[in-house]
Amino acid sequence: MRLAEHQYRSITAIRGPLLFLERVFAARLGELVKIAAPDGRMLTGEVLKISGDQVLVQVFGGTQGLDTRQTTVSFNDAVMRAPLGAGMLGRVFDGSFRPRDDLPMFIPEFRMPVSGAPINPVARAHPIEFIETGFSTIDGLNTLVKGQKLPIFSCAGLPAREMTDQLLRQARLPDSGPFVLVLVAIGLTHFEYQFYRQTLEHMQSRFVAFINLADDPVVERLLAPRLALTVAEDLAFRQEMDVLVIITDMTNYCDALREISTAREELPGRRGYPGHMYSDLASLYERAGRIHGRKGSVTLLPTVTMPEDDITHPIPDLTGYITEGQIVLSRNLHQKGIYPPVDVLPSLSRLMQNGIGKGQTRKDHRDLANQLYRTYAKGCDLRRLEAVVGRDGMLADDRRLLDFANRFEADFVHQGRERRSIEATLDTAQALLAAFREVTR
Amino acid sequence: MNGKVTSISGATVCVDLPDLKIGDRVFVGSNRLTGEVVRLDSHIATIQVFEENRGLGIGETVTTASGPLTVSLGPGLLGGVFDGLQRPLPLLQKNSGDFIASGQNPFPLDCNRGWEFSSERQPGDALRSGEAFGRVREGHIDHLLLASQDGTLERMHSGVLQLEQPAAILAGNQRLFGWHSWPVRLARPYRSKLPPTTPLVTGQRCLDFLFPMLKGGVAIVPGGFGTGKTVLEQTIAKFADVDVVVYVGCGERGNEMAGLLDEFGELKEPRSDRPLMERTIIVANTSNMPVAARESSIFTGVTMAEYYRDMGLDVLFLADSLSRWAEALREISAALEEMPGEDGYPTYLGSRLSGFIERAGAVKTLAGGQGSLSMILAVSPPGADFAEPVTQACLRVAGALYLLDTQLAHRRHFPAINWTQSYSLYSDTAMAHFTEQHGEWARLQARCSDILQREDALREVAEVVGMEGLQDADRLLMRTAEKIRLDFLCQNSFTEDAYAAPQTTIEHITALVAEHDRLAAALDGGALLDDLLKEAADAPC
Repeated sequence: MRLAEHQYRSITAIRGPLLFLERVFAARLGELVKIAAPDGRMLTGEVLKISGDQVLVQVFGGTQGLDTRQTTVSFNDAVMRAPLGAGMLGRVFDGSFRPRDDLPMFIPEFRMPVSGAPINPVARAHPIEFIETGFSTIDGLNTLVKGQKLPIFSCAGLPAREMTDQLLRQARLPDSGPFVLVLVAIGLTHFEYQFYRQTLEHMQSRFVAFINLADDPVVERLLAPRLALTVAEDLAFRQEMDVLVIITDMTNYCDALREISTAREELPGRRGYPGHMYSDLASLYERAGRIHGRKGSVTLLPTVTMPEDDITHPIPDLTGYITEGQIVLSRNLHQKGIYPPVDVLPSLSRLMQNGIGKGQTRKDHRDLANQLYRTYAKGCDLRRLEAVVGRDGMLADDRRLLDFANRFEADFVHQGRERRSIEATLDTAQALLAAFREVTR
Repeated sequence: MNGKVTSISGATVCVDLPDLKIGDRVFVGSNRLTGEVVRLDSHIATIQVFEENRGLGIGETVTTASGPLTVSLGPGLLGGVFDGLQRPLPLLQKNSGDFIASGQNPFPLDCNRGWEFSSERQPGDALRSGEAFGRVREGHIDHLLLASQDGTLERMHSGVLQLEQPAAILAGNQRLFGWHSWPVRLARPYRSKLPPTTPLVTGQRCLDFLFPMLKGGVAIVPGGFGTGKTVLEQTIAKFADVDVVVYVGCGERGNEMAGLLDEFGELKEPRSDRPLMERTIIVANTSNMPVAARESSIFTGVTMAEYYRDMGLDVLFLADSLSRWAEALREISAALEEMPGEDGYPTYLGSRLSGFIERAGAVKTLAGGQGSLSMILAVSPPGADFAEPVTQACLRVAGALYLLDTQLAHRRHFPAINWTQSYSLYSDTAMAHFTEQHGEWARLQARCSDILQREDALREVAEVVGMEGLQDADRLLMRTAEKIRLDFLCQNSFTEDAYAAPQTTIEHITALVAEHDRLAAALDGGALLDDLLKEAADAPC
């Protein structure tokens, strides 16, 4: 154990965001370092790998202006910790926890390691409490519950941003208990940032935002969600609040992971993404949850933009394997002018069974959802047949099913910018099913 | 013996400690993190650390434990919830809170609990390793206490036994306890392997009827995300007709484990009407818990499963999912800078996997009984592409394939078992057994497969000419096939329907086929299908 801070000027190489140092005494894995550039700029970094007295450091921030002669690196024996306290509410930070809203830094009450620790599986409480998002396709058919992680799979050009924005404004708990939003924006363009800023202004103090802009350092893209989840865990499990964490966009996160991994000369896996991406994503997503005997919860809604609209791409694929379902947006529906363009057939909420029905939403919720789903699936199947044999060559019942599919998209899926309560969602479902009674049984 | 940490790269740590063996267990650093020796280079040993090692420093001490990574085997395992290193999770929670802290190593079994001991052998008997010398009652089973070494019995314990008391003394003052430890990577010995002959009833109509499983067999369940692997595995864990179930949540979701624990705590086993947890051991190493412990979790689980098999019991081992295990293996291999094979997996993936899967089987035990260890293993192929290495490596050794189909899942057809691509090599043996007990099984199975296959062909026609353009006989077949699919093959795991006994399964399919035959006969007699269906719909049920 070193007792004093150690300073070194022994950088041997700088590659991308990585520094190689030698003759370092007793470094620790994950140790936080401070880097003083020759121009006086201060950066932080983290120890990734140690071999004898040689140390590999990952720098948070750009390495422009660093050199091997004058740059000083100081080691101080501590792992990276996030500052926490009541003052963080209502604030906007960057990917290194520096204020982005022109206000001074809040005074931290204490600090916690950013990597977190896994929740003991026996301490986890099973997620069962309904969250109302205001979207019929989610509340009615793919219900979100407290402690769940439910990603939105979007495609380039689809209105995922508008949906995220509406979620920020609309998400509600049925008992209207304290609900805090944590927004993590990774690789956000300035254009989109303007958009979210307006939303955040409406939120008063019930939010914490971490914004990493598209031209900010790539390493901070890996750090931002970890800081945010550390904050979320503190709000949820110490301050007993229900927290909804919205991350946009995980695709930028994974691309950053690939970039850093390549710089570290790790073996690339599928499409160049590192082989440990599953475990890495799990270390984020699995921080969602509830704990027996504690009031708060962390619910996670990440957005993933599927490259080339491909759901089998490693990013949506690995995400889908970790999360409890997915909300899939469809280009086809978007082109029909339907908003939100949620394709309910591949969408799924694995924890829905527990969060609906009597005492949660409404007694008939499960039946309505099953009937809608089944009838719409039949209608969609028949659309292919219609394309071949034409509408006239089909049985009368089949033609009704086609009509149902169209009406379902127009009345139930499509809702424009209106917020629908769960009651309104279920009433819409009921009316729709009643109008097609003969084919929905 | 002590050494010092010389390099750290993620969970891979090098130490300058001579005289270690491959597979030895060591404790790393001031936090005493558990690790395993994976490579030796002259005086430097490479250690895979099983716990979060952030904060570990160069120069910290490494100490050796005696011997390799082991599990403790004895009464009290049933009902337990462990991590991938067999650390009891409820105790970890009690000791270190709701989040898992590193460096905790509590003993997995409860030493304070007393067990009513009855001896199986007399003083003076020659006892061979693996033979039973006593028994205790653990829940619904007779738990045999198995000797961990040879010797002549000198004294036996009588009355209530606690685990730290010797249960028997052998000549030379060797003590036998109610528990012993066993290296996880070493398969437990048996007298001989037997061909599996008895069906393992899962309670899933689609499996029992079309693709039956045998006690001692191995089935794999590959499926993309959202196809219901976990629900199927958990449903089988609830209803399978075995004595002991070992369920390994390997690199999967924490919330799912929480749901499983809640549910298993409340449910009763349908045949014995005893709490389900009494026959279940859960190993939970969720995806955010350390990767190396995930790799060891299936070995931890299977060793406990073998232990109960050795008492002459039927044990079912379920893992969800093997792909996460393979990925852990890949991460470890990459950290060791080994040459990668297909998709980055190490080239020894296939041999490691077959070595593991071959621990299943029906055996004659060293204690003289017959036991079986069956495996049903979920596989999560990336992008639901079954050509990937893990699925393919499993297929070479598994006897049954239950392939889960994304299309079926999207239609909410659950369990989403694809009936054209799945198979069971155990079918003939199981069928003979079922036919003997329930009649007609084999004939009906052939009929049912035939109807489903003809439906596939007809559907292609219907897609061109429309349902209107089909003959009545063909439309009837389509209707029957739809009924078989929706009423028979679909089975809701969240209702009473979750379990179907073989007798109800056979009655169910008999009725469906009989109705088809009746209507087909009427069509032959000149009736019109629409009239017949109208009649059927109007008839009071």
